[in-house]
Amino acid sequence: MIAKCEECDADITIPEDAIVGEIVQCKECSAEYEVASMSGGKVTLKPAEVAEEDWGE
Amino acid sequence: MKITIVFDRIRGEEKWLVHEAKKSGHTTELIDGRLLSFEITDREAKNRFGDVVLQRCISYYRSSFLTRILENFGAYVINSSKVSDICGNKLMCSMTLAKAGVPTPRTFVALSSDSVDQTAEQVGYPVVMKPFVGSWGRMISIARDPQILDTIVELRESIPNPVEHMYYLQEFVQRPPRDIRAIVAGEEIIATIYRHAPENEWRTNVARGATTTSFRPDKELKEIVHKAAHAVGGGILGVDVMESKDGYVVHEVNNTVEFKGAQAASKTKIAKKMIDFAIRSAKN
Repeated sequence: MIAKCEECDADITIPEDAIVGEIVQCKECSAEYEVASMSGGKVTLKPAEVAEEDWGE
Repeated sequence: MKITIVFDRIRGEEKWLVHEAKKSGHTTELIDGRLLSFEITDREAKNRFGDVVLQRCISYYRSSFLTRILENFGAYVINSSKVSDICGNKLMCSMTLAKAGVPTPRTFVALSSDSVDQTAEQVGYPVVMKPFVGSWGRMISIARDPQILDTIVELRESIPNPVEHMYYLQEFVQRPPRDIRAIVAGEEIIATIYRHAPENEWRTNVARGATTTSFRPDKELKEIVHKAAHAVGGGILGVDVMESKDGYVVHEVNNTVEFKGAQAASKTKIAKKMIDFAIRSAKN
């Protein structure tokens, strides 16, 4: 599956085993996206959340 | 049996856990914690979460609140809120380790900027300063002298959050440019790795570029790791240990263990071991 980068319009290849919630990165501009939905071979992305102060282990 | 994995960001770890949970033959559901809301008296809510919930939210506060809500409904969550409360707060964790007799770096707390200078003198320079809540080595700094300490304090005081205006200080432990991460599931040490600090970096977090190598733990290390894991309440944990000149010291126990770095170095299927532990625990 291929999606478009909102930032630089490059193609982002979504891995076959991707799941909703997974983070993908544009190889051209490094923008990060979260897989928002996948159905019928179509994928939608939304900008990934920026790390919050309480994120971690 | 039904295994539920709650998350708010899918990392490699969550994908491995889902894969192993499904492979175990049990019903598996992955639930996005960000989409959840509850009426606090809704007793039926427990049914949705099955026999065991693996708490994998990356946000400490979301994870902590969600675990408390699920436990309130009667769900069985790994790790428990008791463990999460201790491990998620460096002050709680250090106090718990020290009280249980686990070797840990000398740790001090200054409850305002007025007492931080004298506290640092007590610790002795260089002083390590850490936020009470946080991970990945973020905001952890070394004050090598009083001038640097003052600069760090000034920056912290400018942050409009009262927690930032209290200070957790620790002795700087002389150690090789690495530390140890031991991953524990119940009574089993699943993996032990060295985390080697990258060039020009003293912190050993994989999130900061540390590389990992696997090794076999000696008897003393195993004992200390188990003691630390028991002290915080047990479960699936990442125990971080330094090799000081006086022996091992545990500086942290992690509650939502990231194991990408450990898995890269270890032949053990860490996610499988975690799922096996969750299934065993739920049966008991």
